[in-house]
Parts: sequence; structure tokens; C-alpha cells
Amino acid sequence: MQKTSSGLLSRSLAVYFKDLRLELRTKNALNAILMFGVTTLTVVSFSLGQSGLSPKLMSALFWIIMFFSAMSGLAQTFIREEETGTSLILNLTAEPNSIYIGKLLFNLTLLITMTSIITPMFFIFTDAPTGNILPFIVILVLGILGLVSATTLVAAIISKASVKGALFAVVSFPILMVLLMVLVGATEKIFDNQNLAAASSDIQFLIAYVVVMTTISLLLFKFVWRE
Amino acid sequence: MWYKLVLFVLMSIMIYFSFELPAPQQQIGESSRIFYYHIPQAWICVIAFAMSMFYAIQYLSGICFKVKWFMNIPYLTISKGEPRQLKYDDKAMIAAKLGFIFCVLATVTGAMFAKVTWGMYWNWDPRQTSIFILLLIYGAYFALRGAIEIEEKRAALSAVYSIFAFVTVPFLIFIVPRMVPTLHPNDSIISEDLKFNVEGAISLVFFSSLALFTVLYIWLFNIGVRVQLLVRKKLEQEDL
Repeated sequence: MQKTSSGLLSRSLAVYFKDLRLELRTKNALNAILMFGVTTLTVVSFSLGQSGLSPKLMSALFWIIMFFSAMSGLAQTFIREEETGTSLILNLTAEPNSIYIGKLLFNLTLLITMTSIITPMFFIFTDAPTGNILPFIVILVLGILGLVSATTLVAAIISKASVKGALFAVVSFPILMVLLMVLVGATEKIFDNQNLAAASSDIQFLIAYVVVMTTISLLLFKFVWRE
Repeated sequence: MWYKLVLFVLMSIMIYFSFELPAPQQQIGESSRIFYYHIPQAWICVIAFAMSMFYAIQYLSGICFKVKWFMNIPYLTISKGEPRQLKYDDKAMIAAKLGFIFCVLATVTGAMFAKVTWGMYWNWDPRQTSIFILLLIYGAYFALRGAIEIEEKRAALSAVYSIFAFVTVPFLIFIVPRMVPTLHPNDSIISEDLKFNVEGAISLVFFSSLALFTVLYIWLFNIGVRVQLLVRKKLEQEDL
């Protein structure tokens, strides 16, 4: 705890680049998350895309795709540590805070990569209104931050349990449900061609959520990691 | 022993008066009597969840509260850094179990009330949403516990989860109902003009119901702790 914050940052980045390099070698988390997103999107546009969706339906579908894609890949970074048995060594070389921040950044990268591919496809397939793209990106970024900040700790918990895949969605969902409700509401307003001011209370909520979840995760992560 | 008898007598009196007094909300009518039962159940549901989190913190941090006596005057001592004790995890689990039961009861009674007054069992009113998420959190907590074999590991991880999930509760209870417009104009809990008339005899019955349900919960909790103690004893004997 006596270490300076710049030291914490560089150690977190070391964990982050380690995970990034591992991921670029195999690309299994990225492939899973991306293909899951594309699959869900295809199913959605297949069955509903042509019928001129309402803003409400579009925003709901968008966040359903985002939620399930996130669930398919975000636990991967912790599960990999457990499966290859490297968590003990990581434990020796880095303190929990920097591991948490590194993993958080890695999951953020993963989800941003996925979103930057899925979102244009979503706009193409469902013919969503593009007139309001900047406010949409604001909500999207806050949504990604919210998803990642709430699920990284849960992913760490899940990686220590026995039925990892199914449990991750089940255990994350109650925590994410509030976030998803607000995100769907805010995105609906944006798709409805309202400006960002209409969603200002949603944005306040999203920022509060991200800050609270990240802080409490940082406080709790060491208890999970030391198990 | 005596407090259970007192509880039985008082509970019977409370139930009698909950049906004998005029209905607490005239516009809704007789069905509003459910408020004597529904609100204490929801209250216990949140209290149990808070207690579960409290024991989770106690398990993780090793903070220990002890009542000591100084010349017949009890005082509370707090010691830090004690070794982790599984009894706190047991208590957290029992509190969560009871909370889950009361949460189901509150959801069901709420849905019944919704059917009578709003015409639908379920309409994702903010209150219904928040209690449903609470139900999901409990469910996820038990699913997580079921998936971890080693006891110490299970205790620590489920403790972390219950603390983490509890942090979302303020968002649920205080923030979301203010952002999402309530679906029903005659939502008697949230709107001001249809407020329940909690005065006089009605308030006496209501608050005694709240208190009695709390005592009932404490009793059930004690039974749970004692049962768990016996289970642990039996397991130890089998190990020997």
C-alpha cells in the first residue's frame, strides 16, 4: 500500500499487456464474444429486421445482444488463469489491485473491440436511425463501462466455482439488471431522436453506477483473488 | 421459551384485529388489509439481506463483536483481525435462506394485491421490479454456493458476492423508481393522494405486525443457527 500510484498504474498495465499478448496468441475470448454477438444479431435481424422496429424494441434488442455477448467472453481472462494454473504465480508477482485494474482494462478492450464491430452491423441490419449517433456513442461507452465494471469481479468469483459458463450469466444478471433497464430506456430516447439532455438523468445514473461498482470491486477483489 | 408464547398470543391478537378493524385504505377496500402482512414481509426480506451482508463482512474481515460484563454492566468489545470463522458464513447463509422465503411471500402477496387493485398479477411496476431483482440476487447467491465445493472457498466467495450485490440495492430502491414512471396511476404505495391511512388503531396493528414479524424472524434465525451447529457437530463426529 506504500507504493505510489504511478507504480500501480505501470504494474496494472503490465498485467494488461500480458493478458493482451495471451489473447492475441489464441484469440479465443475475442472469437467467442464476437461470434456470439454476430450470431445473436443475425437471429434478431433474420426474424425482425425487415419489419420496421420501434425505438423501444431496437434499444431492447441491442442491449440483449450486448449483454449475452459480454456474458460469453468476459469471464475468459480469469478462467484461463485458473485452467492453466497461473493464478498462483500471478499472485506472487503482482498485488490484487493491479491485477484487478489490468483485467478490467483487458475486458474493456475486449468489449470495445466487439462493440465496434457489432454496432455498425446492428445499424445496417435493423436500419436504426443514425441521425443521433454522437449521443448514442456516449450512452454506449457508459454502458460498456458499466457492464465491465460490474462483471469483472463476478468473473473472478466464477472462475473459482465449478460450473463456470452458465453460472456467470446467472450470477451477473441481478447486478446488471438495473444497469440494463436504464440503458434500454436511455437508448430508446436516443433512437427516438431526442437529444442528450433528455437522457441526462440516465447518464447521471450510469456514471454513479460505474464509479460505485469499480470502487467496491477494488475493495473486494483481494478477498476473491486470495482464495 | 417465554417469548415464543408471548409471540404466539400477540400474533393471534394482531391477526384478529387485522381482519376486525376497518380496512386501512378506503378506496381500495377490503383487499388493502394485505398491507398488514405484505409490508412486514418485504421489510424482513431487506433486513435479512442486510444481516446476511453484515455476517459476510464479519466473516471476511475477522471483526468480532463480543458482549462482556463489567460489574453487571454489559459492554460491547470489538476485536479486529480474528481468524475467519465458518459460523459467520453459516449465519449469513441462514439469514439469506429466511430472507428468500420472506421475499417469495412478499412477491406473492404483492402480486395478489396487484391483481385485485390493478387487474394484473405482474406489470413491472418499479416496486415489483426491485423485489424481483432482490429475489434474483438471492437465487444467484444460492446458485453460487451450490457450485463451490470447498467450504472456506464457498464462504469467502459467497460473502464477496453478497456484499457486491447489496451495493446495487440503493440503486434499485431509491433511484430506479424515481427514473422509471410508475405504470399505474393508482399505485397506492408511491402516489401521494392514495396514501394509506396509517393512524390510530390501524397504525398500532401495523407497527405491532412489523415488530412481531421481526421477532418471528429472529426466532427462526436462532433455530437455523442451532440446527447448523448440530450439523457441524455431527460432521465432526463422523470425521473422527
